[in-house]
Amino acid sequence: MSAFHYEKDQDGIVTVTMDMSGPVNAMNDEYHRLMGETLAKLEAESDLTGVVIASAKKVFFAGGDLTMLVQADAENVDTFRENTENMKAGLRTLETMQVPVVAAINGAALGGGYELCLVCNHRVAFNLKSVQIGLPECGLGLFPGGGGVVRLTKKIGVEKALPLILEGKRLTPAKALAAGLIEQTVDSLDELLPAAKAWILENKDNEDAVVQPWDKKGFKIPGGPINSPRNAQLAAMAPTMLNQKTRGLMPHMTAAMDVAFQSSMLDLETALRIEGREFARVATNPVAKNMINAFFFQLNKVNGGASRPQEVEKQLTKKVGILGAGMMGQGIAYVSAMAGIEVVLKDISLEAAEKGKAYSEALLQKRIKRGQMDEDKAAAVLGLIKATAENDDLAGCDLIIEAVFENIGLKHEITKELEGYLTADGVWGSNTSTLPITQLAEAAAKPENFIGVHFFSPVDKMPLVEIICGEKTSDMALAKAFDYAQQIRKTPIVVNDSLGFFTSRTFGTYLDEAANLLVEGVHPIKIDNLGKAIGMPVGPLQIQDETSLELSRKAQETWKEMGVLDKWGDGTVIRRVIKDLVEDNGRGGRHHGGGYYEYHDDGTKSIWPGLLDLYYDESVQVSDEDIKDRLMFRQVIEALKCLESGVLRTVADGNIGSIFGIGAPAHTGGFIQYVNTYGLDNFIQRCDELSEKYGDRFVCPDIVKQRAASGELFA
Amino acid sequence: MSNTAFIYDAIRTPRSKGKADGSLHEVKPVDLGAGLLRSLQERNDLDTSYVDDVIMGCVGPVGEQGADIAKSMVQNADWDESVAGVQLNRFCASGLEAVNTAAQKVASGWEQLVVAGGVESMSRVPMGSDGGAMGSDPAFMIKTGFVPQGIGADTIATLDGYSREDVDAFAMESQNRAAHARDNGYFDKSVVPVRDANNEVILERDDFIKPGTTMEVLGNLRASFEQMGQYGFDDIIIRKYNQLDRINHVHTPGNSSGIVDGASAVLIGSEQAGKDLGLKARGRVVAGAIVSSDPIIMLAGPGPAAKKCLKTAGMTEQDIDLWEINEAFASVALRYMRDLDIDHSVTNVNGGSIAMGHPLGATGGCLVSTMLDELERQDKQRAMLSLCVGGGMGISCIIERT
Repeated sequence: MSAFHYEKDQDGIVTVTMDMSGPVNAMNDEYHRLMGETLAKLEAESDLTGVVIASAKKVFFAGGDLTMLVQADAENVDTFRENTENMKAGLRTLETMQVPVVAAINGAALGGGYELCLVCNHRVAFNLKSVQIGLPECGLGLFPGGGGVVRLTKKIGVEKALPLILEGKRLTPAKALAAGLIEQTVDSLDELLPAAKAWILENKDNEDAVVQPWDKKGFKIPGGPINSPRNAQLAAMAPTMLNQKTRGLMPHMTAAMDVAFQSSMLDLETALRIEGREFARVATNPVAKNMINAFFFQLNKVNGGASRPQEVEKQLTKKVGILGAGMMGQGIAYVSAMAGIEVVLKDISLEAAEKGKAYSEALLQKRIKRGQMDEDKAAAVLGLIKATAENDDLAGCDLIIEAVFENIGLKHEITKELEGYLTADGVWGSNTSTLPITQLAEAAAKPENFIGVHFFSPVDKMPLVEIICGEKTSDMALAKAFDYAQQIRKTPIVVNDSLGFFTSRTFGTYLDEAANLLVEGVHPIKIDNLGKAIGMPVGPLQIQDETSLELSRKAQETWKEMGVLDKWGDGTVIRRVIKDLVEDNGRGGRHHGGGYYEYHDDGTKSIWPGLLDLYYDESVQVSDEDIKDRLMFRQVIEALKCLESGVLRTVADGNIGSIFGIGAPAHTGGFIQYVNTYGLDNFIQRCDELSEKYGDRFVCPDIVKQRAASGELFA
Repeated sequence: MSNTAFIYDAIRTPRSKGKADGSLHEVKPVDLGAGLLRSLQERNDLDTSYVDDVIMGCVGPVGEQGADIAKSMVQNADWDESVAGVQLNRFCASGLEAVNTAAQKVASGWEQLVVAGGVESMSRVPMGSDGGAMGSDPAFMIKTGFVPQGIGADTIATLDGYSREDVDAFAMESQNRAAHARDNGYFDKSVVPVRDANNEVILERDDFIKPGTTMEVLGNLRASFEQMGQYGFDDIIIRKYNQLDRINHVHTPGNSSGIVDGASAVLIGSEQAGKDLGLKARGRVVAGAIVSSDPIIMLAGPGPAAKKCLKTAGMTEQDIDLWEINEAFASVALRYMRDLDIDHSVTNVNGGSIAMGHPLGATGGCLVSTMLDELERQDKQRAMLSLCVGGGMGISCIIERT
């Protein structure tokens, strides 16, 4: 039986213990009913001393119901706003009660959970790291619309509230206390309710403790209102920095800042009303749907193992061998050791292997410096990594990850030589970014235990691992790779084998389209700026300089040797560009002394002038809209082809993989979700226009037409 | 047929540094303006009850400059109580907007005699005191991609390829021309000394001009907007001007308009007003124009405004003898000359705001007196006055001698 348990003690203090029917307490219809009943009961009390809001669940209160929120649509914006206002009115009733109200925070109080705490007169939390406190809504395309922006702004001032709201920071109780989000912590759960009650008894005759600061006459907001002269610089620079950072693509963050600014100037009730109108606008905006869909539902689905064989039991990796201590290998060694896994980092010389291990040491030193880790723990992590040149050290590895050069012959050779060191049911993973797993597995004695484990650079920062199943890869091997990825705290997507898999293949189209634009005569700066304008982290030319044109050249060579050149489309144009730059002008990329750009000693860069001589044609007019769509549509179309041909097994893997692996703009919700928001019919029409104007690479994949005909979205 | 808007007189205060150590810092804006009105009255033996309206531009109309300072000035000057007053704000165009509006009032026949000009005590009411959505409203700023003017000026320089040397050379010439004009008495006809309540002179002539400014001195100044650009404004404007990979920050205090205190007043009336009061017209307002262009780069409006003004007047570039473009930033003047294909030798012949300063709301009125004096001195006929304006606007006005 769900309930807000209501218990009055001999001191006249009522403890309301939230214990809703779902796994967590959440802001939904049931909450609305329970809170309504509770408030009525409290208001009917005659000798009430105070109220404690507590939770019977592990989490104090989980906040908004995203299943409900994701369905909010623009046509029913008035109903949505009304519902939100009703919920907020309940909170306001609790806030204005004539007795002290205390939040006894036993577990995470995030989003709506913390908004509930904010209406209380006092907040006391159990001082445990997992008791996270904060307002993370902005990460989901929303903002704290249940009074969170208004009250936190009024509580700690606009300058301090903004980063917490915009970055969605989750604080430990200790940090929340320091930041002024809560007023008290206790060191054990047993002390929580007594502490809450003690505060009420101490303050039962203190009128100040009953009235919220912002409800008092003459209330002055900490730091002053945003329109006071002392805040002029903040008022001008905060929106500017937000605009720069989000490139104007995150309407919810703009709205959050706007509401915070206004909250600092206006009375509570007016500010709450403004917050409600903006929240309704933001929640019904496609960006909210895209981000809730990607960063909540689909990410949960992916992390929940939707693409993992259910019948195979959990596979724990105990000892991992990493072959090749280069950039990728050393990063994989670090994240593995950080997860407590024993690591054998092998290269052809001990020196090379040690150099790879030194990378971990440097990262650990950084953590110590920042106070994120103590010396002992860092030493223990480093101690898990054995740098070696000896094959025998690989004995007993239940997982070996090969991270050597992208050369099929070399990879075959190494597989044959070292596969035998694996434990009987050990799994061999290849960290290739392009080469087909089925072909690589041909050298393996146990191809069923052979799988692709594609990491992204830099490994310690990039959250994704792309797992690739070859034709013969077993469910067991997949489960092993999947569980390992989760063990090292990465998000694994699972795809089927193909040249370039999903991420590299899709990302390649971004570079390829840039090459097309370049050769057509569009100014290279324009290409990179418009790549950023659509929300990609970096322009396509700049990123190819970083990943290296030389590497692209080698990849093309390898594909040619393997007979798979142009398997996914005509690569003539990019090969011409690579030839012009790398072969004819020695411009292999940033780490080869420069590529499309020249890199100067002072850290700046500028376009290599030869690039303009080669391609730039002032008379060429391609509209910004077309350039932006071309850079976006190529990637979207490729992702759709991957879905159509079964390379992608699920839409969720496609969206999450595109965002976390190749930087698909977060506001789109991923490259496949992009089509849903664009509208399937509109997308087909735009593809027709683009293919007519720019070529067959923009022909709309059939899968979109099929879905459009059946009226289905990509879910 | 509309009436002709005659210019019967045009005067201004000297300009001085708009900071605490400026000569006019001690003067209240309402006194600065009232002093000028009193001079206008004395010079023309004016029956003030004949004046229909006083229009004053003011860009910081708050605090001491708040509450319709034009009407306060009228009262403070002891003008007849029948005289109305209105303050207007079209950013840096305010003074010239006042002149154009006064001319329209007279031309329409609704009014016979109007005073137009502006007042700005930047030392007492600093720039930005009036707030506004542009620099403080996240929703507006992010929606429109706002960047400050200086970033726009640097972007114009980057787009047009004006180097630091180009803009400094222009600035040096402005200083030399202004010093030469002042020292040879070219400004004496219209610059009215500012006096205190005892009639003692507080400031007689412009004292912001820096004679003998060299390229070396200018070259040593630090770019004013570089740091601001790094905080995000450069990236924001590059989103719009996406053929640029960086903004070349060339503007410094040396090649941008000076922050000063000052006021201006122009007496504009009908033929009938001249007859009734026995005034001799010095010139007339031929036409005026207002335009708006890209609000982000903000400062590219003057060229298009001048072209529109020529069209309205039924004239061509050849009909204009002298050109005056407010030197908000050197790149603005360089862009203006490029847009209109005119030479520096006929543009800002006595220097401009880089040397003398730009008392925001008053500047437009100052330009009228500067040009009228110079047309008379050189015995020439016609001048075009233009200013760049916040929000991408541009304003122009053609005056000619009668």
